[in-house]
Amino acid sequence: MSDYMDGNMLGGKLGELFTMDVTAAAITCVSCSASWTIAQTRVYPHAPGLVARCPTCDAVLLRLVRGPDRAWLDLRGVTCLQLTVPGQ
Amino acid sequence: MARAAVLGRLTWRVGTVAATRDETATARTIALDVPGWPGHLAGQHVDVRLTAPDGYSTERSYSIASAPADGQADPPLVELTVQRLEDGEVSPYLTQTLAVGYPLELRGPVGGWFVWNPGGPASTRPVLLVAGGSGVVPLMAMIRERAAAGSRVPFKLIYSVRDPGALLYAGELLRRERAGDGLQVSYVYTRAAPPGSGQPTGRLNATTLASAGWPPEESPAVFVCGPTGFVEAAADLLVRAGHGAGAIKTERFGPSGGKP
Amino acid sequence: MRNSHPGSIWSPTSRCAGPTPRVDTGKWEFSITTETGKVHRWDWAAFQALPAEEPTVDIHCVTKWSKLGTHWRGVSLDTLLVGIDTSAGFAVAHSYGGYTTNLPLADLVDGQAWVAFHFGGEPLEAEHGGPARLLVPHLYFWKSAKWLQGITLSDHDEPGFWESLGYHNYGDPWREQRYWGD
Repeated sequence: MSDYMDGNMLGGKLGELFTMDVTAAAITCVSCSASWTIAQTRVYPHAPGLVARCPTCDAVLLRLVRGPDRAWLDLRGVTCLQLTVPGQ
Repeated sequence: MARAAVLGRLTWRVGTVAATRDETATARTIALDVPGWPGHLAGQHVDVRLTAPDGYSTERSYSIASAPADGQADPPLVELTVQRLEDGEVSPYLTQTLAVGYPLELRGPVGGWFVWNPGGPASTRPVLLVAGGSGVVPLMAMIRERAAAGSRVPFKLIYSVRDPGALLYAGELLRRERAGDGLQVSYVYTRAAPPGSGQPTGRLNATTLASAGWPPEESPAVFVCGPTGFVEAAADLLVRAGHGAGAIKTERFGPSGGKP
Repeated sequence: MRNSHPGSIWSPTSRCAGPTPRVDTGKWEFSITTETGKVHRWDWAAFQALPAEEPTVDIHCVTKWSKLGTHWRGVSLDTLLVGIDTSAGFAVAHSYGGYTTNLPLADLVDGQAWVAFHFGGEPLEAEHGGPARLLVPHLYFWKSAKWLQGITLSDHDEPGFWESLGYHNYGDPWREQRYWGD
């Protein structure tokens, strides 16, 4: 079922929370251990929030809710987020 | 040069429409004057936000069509090419109502994965671009940046559309290919080929990929962009042809909330 | 910024879009599970055999938008709960696809909620939460769980999928309870 968006589209919303690009960040799925970049995840733009799912096993990787003055980011679906930080 | 690696939170900013240009009967390029634009890399996109009088707002992502070099001009110009969808919520406004002088809220540049940088690491690898419909937009930014940077990295574009009338940048692609500096373009027509061309119609398949693309031994960097179904089918063909999954970068235009 | 240029007004044509599990009515099943674990089930035929109502209600989307006078057809939760023995105070609605939302049982009864399967006189489309969704118009519309699969009754309150990530646990539009702490 191809009614999801591409993880590249999370870059804008996550870019409001991180000071560097997050779409190239690598994640490992807690459920199946597959490795993907955020750009490759499958994003379901459910009102009222966003869910990114693992392309391998469909488990929820991350969830994002954005209020006017707050954001909630749940990363429990990934073992960790590996970011490339521009060097000094 | 890589000013797009600037640190700092992305926030919304307002651009002003400087010019519009019809690309096809249903697609339009919008050139925006964006004060303070930090620069971008080819392949990045912006999120556009429209707000109705009652406060309801919605966002869409659009690839930046212009080369980063244009974003460094004075004043910086950022171009988006928008395909109008019949039942779209946003694209009819952008392609039919928005006019010179109008404001447009945007956030970006966004994305650091689906990018091609002539000065970046692995930038000497040949590049294969596979476009489905309006998926050609970010790939065109890469083609334009290649030319602006004077790069001779061999580029091949495979561009799939329904019919010739749907081609974006048709004249420009012909002109750039004729310049003979290492860009080759192949067209795939799924419904109707140019009259008299004798070219068969049909979807991108393994044969076309083999003749129009790079063999896996060339280790090209591959960028695929278009509707989700197209991208998944193309990526599958590429992997079956022997291209490593890690060499293939994809950007899928999904349903509402995604691109055009 | 908006409305600052004559002619630049934008009027959207659609609202509150979402993604889509596709559930065939031949395989569809709805269940109510009590706090003791007793399960009551209906397949599509049994569900369609129940008396239905046709509420016309206003719905309130969390994105500051309301749609007035929407017309539905559905089975009232009062009807579904007939003969179900419960002293539970809370409910969690489960959707096909795994999403959940929580609400007090008191907000599901007394004519406040339906399992709706028609919208605007037509069968509810998958895009809008069909074959059947929960309809609880007096709360923000994210509580009206799409692709409804079941309701679990409980003695304790269990925040649902979005309530556990910033969305208000109750969601009263009249008090603008959108997010935690509102």
